[in-house]
Amino acid sequence: MSQTPDIQSGRLSRQQLEQNFEDIHPPLDSGNAMLEAQRCYYCFDAPCVNACPTAIDIPSFIRKISTGNIRGSAKDILSQNIMGGMCARVCPTEVLCEGVCVRNTQEGQPVRIGELQRYSTDWLMEKGDTLFQRAPASGKKVAVVGGGPAGLSCAHRLAMLGHDVVVFEAREKLSGLNEYGIAAYKTVDGFAQREVDFILSIGGIETRCGVRLGKELKLSELKEEFDAVFLGIGLGDVNQLDIGETPGEGVHSAVDYIEDLRQAQNLENLPVGRRVVVIGGGSTAIDIAVQSKKLGAEDVTMVYRRGPEQMSATDVEQEFAQVNDVRIRTWLQPDSWMMENGRLSGIRFEYTEPDSSGKLTGKSEYLEIDADCVFLALGQKMMSDIFDLEMEMNSGKLAVDEQGATSQSGIWAGGDCIRSGEDLTVHAVEQGKQAAIAMDQWLRN
Amino acid sequence: MADLSCTIAGIPSPNPFWVASAPPSDKYYNVDRAFRAGWGGVVWKTLGIDPPIVNVTSRYGSVNLNGQKMMGLNNNELITDRPLEVNLAEIKQIKEEWPDRAVVVSLMVPCNQNDWEYILRKVEDTGADGVELNFGCPHGMSERGMGAAVGQVPDYVEMVTRWVKENSDLPCIVKLTPNITDIRYPARAAKAGGADGVSLINTISSIVSVDLDSMSPEPSIEGKGTHGGYCGPAVKPIALNMTSEIARDPETLGLPISAIGGISNWKDAAEFMSMGAEGVQVCTAIMHYGFRIVEDMIEGLNHWMDEKGYEKIEDFRGMAAKNVVDWQYLRRLASGDQNE
Repeated sequence: MSQTPDIQSGRLSRQQLEQNFEDIHPPLDSGNAMLEAQRCYYCFDAPCVNACPTAIDIPSFIRKISTGNIRGSAKDILSQNIMGGMCARVCPTEVLCEGVCVRNTQEGQPVRIGELQRYSTDWLMEKGDTLFQRAPASGKKVAVVGGGPAGLSCAHRLAMLGHDVVVFEAREKLSGLNEYGIAAYKTVDGFAQREVDFILSIGGIETRCGVRLGKELKLSELKEEFDAVFLGIGLGDVNQLDIGETPGEGVHSAVDYIEDLRQAQNLENLPVGRRVVVIGGGSTAIDIAVQSKKLGAEDVTMVYRRGPEQMSATDVEQEFAQVNDVRIRTWLQPDSWMMENGRLSGIRFEYTEPDSSGKLTGKSEYLEIDADCVFLALGQKMMSDIFDLEMEMNSGKLAVDEQGATSQSGIWAGGDCIRSGEDLTVHAVEQGKQAAIAMDQWLRN
Repeated sequence: MADLSCTIAGIPSPNPFWVASAPPSDKYYNVDRAFRAGWGGVVWKTLGIDPPIVNVTSRYGSVNLNGQKMMGLNNNELITDRPLEVNLAEIKQIKEEWPDRAVVVSLMVPCNQNDWEYILRKVEDTGADGVELNFGCPHGMSERGMGAAVGQVPDYVEMVTRWVKENSDLPCIVKLTPNITDIRYPARAAKAGGADGVSLINTISSIVSVDLDSMSPEPSIEGKGTHGGYCGPAVKPIALNMTSEIARDPETLGLPISAIGGISNWKDAAEFMSMGAEGVQVCTAIMHYGFRIVEDMIEGLNHWMDEKGYEKIEDFRGMAAKNVVDWQYLRRLASGDQNE
């Protein structure tokens, strides 16, 4: 017999909530940073540098921690990746730098590169040091649409190279998914906004929030008004589940819910189901599952249609969810909503398996999972009708060349809105930076 | 940004960081890499009179802290094993290609005036900025009456230094061996002979370990071993003390010092300069980590100087040497404080 739908706020005390949403990796103190830094071999041909999408000179920044040259360490990081502070918190280092650290071979434990990167960048930001100077003014003006990681990275590099930049952002705050999309316990104490302040401190970057492309802004007008345009607009829409009419209550987009959570003044007021089912296999699915648990949900199940190896969430992320009492079920695809008295009571899944060609097929066997609340974390897609110029697309995203140039001359793009196969913060930062370098050359020709 | 340019024993250098006379400064290829990385100068690996020597192998031993991290290195490699003319041609080429860097040539020849005159003419023809007299090497050459065999006798140090100064206008740095009782005596002798500066320390006589199965000292050459020169982080305290001894000795006061001994980073270098050194030389850390460590040395020293408000090296050089005193001048505890 199923239970009454139970969605409510205040399942845990404020104190308990605060504890649950503390920093998952408390910062290293100077003693521990020194110990960890000394584990680095300072490899000559370091695999970690090749594994970093922004090519930070990792051995160099770590050695500088061990010699007490923390400013130099932070400069090594931030000159390659202006969001080195955020990336230190959110990068899945287990599949990037730390995944290839040679210490894995020797002792099964990589140098904690991410935490060391955070140590240096935190030190610098506490000092309030701008670190970079602007090149002489070029007289050129660039519009950056979207104030997320790609846009801010691009804006900072353009400002550094001497161009004036206007950043247009649809939401109230800059920083994109760093502010609205990343799990709260990964970036505590308003770090996203402190990082924005640091980035803007270089000067030459004007910001206009609350203006949206396709509404208040027209791409054709930006192209007219500015010498170049960068689109870092992300993906404004989410994929839906196609298993019949979605019940009005109890079914949420994980992206929307995380945004509410990140902006909530008081987590006690945030309603959460007693029994939660999350559908999806990526980082967002992990984030919403764990956060539901931390908000006080009793029973959280994450369901993915293929196996653990196919999830885009890494082994470490999956383990993190499991340690936080999230149950992960695989090889199950949504079949139909379960309703009781006109309200959602659960979701029925069909067991799956790959056929001989690897294509997913249903096995016509079913499993019902009770739920008060279902979160959909099925990936994002681009909003339609936002461009008033003809833009060439590739699989639903903007088509760009190696440097991020779109099919329209003078318009570049980067971050989640381009087709690159990668969608991490660190990729967005790199794409913004590379586009800025290409734009600079183009503007000076 | 602080100004790191300096003059070491009368030789101008864009920064105080030199590659010591050792394997990393043995040929054009390595010195070129060093300069590309940012080193301010090199002391070319010691030249001698042909025919070139022949080394043994293995010639390195290591002391590892808790079996993990190398803290001291020992070697019994000799001076250059390449023909004199090959080295001279490369020194000339390097100096032409890197005119702003300091190129000093280390020399070790038998104790007779003719050999010294001969090699000094050769070095002058390369355009090098100065010479360093290798009176320090504790193994192989000392048994032939060179290296430490000279450095351990102050009279010889003074005599050879005088020959060099009388036969050449090149700035002359005398490299001192630590394998003596009191470093001040050879330093005074170098000064008396007219040296433009001293560099110290050369390596310390040592045996790193014994293989308990073969009963051979290590590094083992067919079951036998010999003492080699000890260097690396472990010897820094000895070098720092000897530097301070010369810096505060009234008889050698103001004698330029190029400090050597376990210097691995900008902090070590700053410590030696605060103890009076005009510059430093590095080998072991380069062999351990690579030439690129100089980037952090330059940047780290710069940041530290900016933070402290020092605009140039002279602003802090020797400041700590003033605080090195004989033991009797230290404030002692009152008798009742012994348990504190």
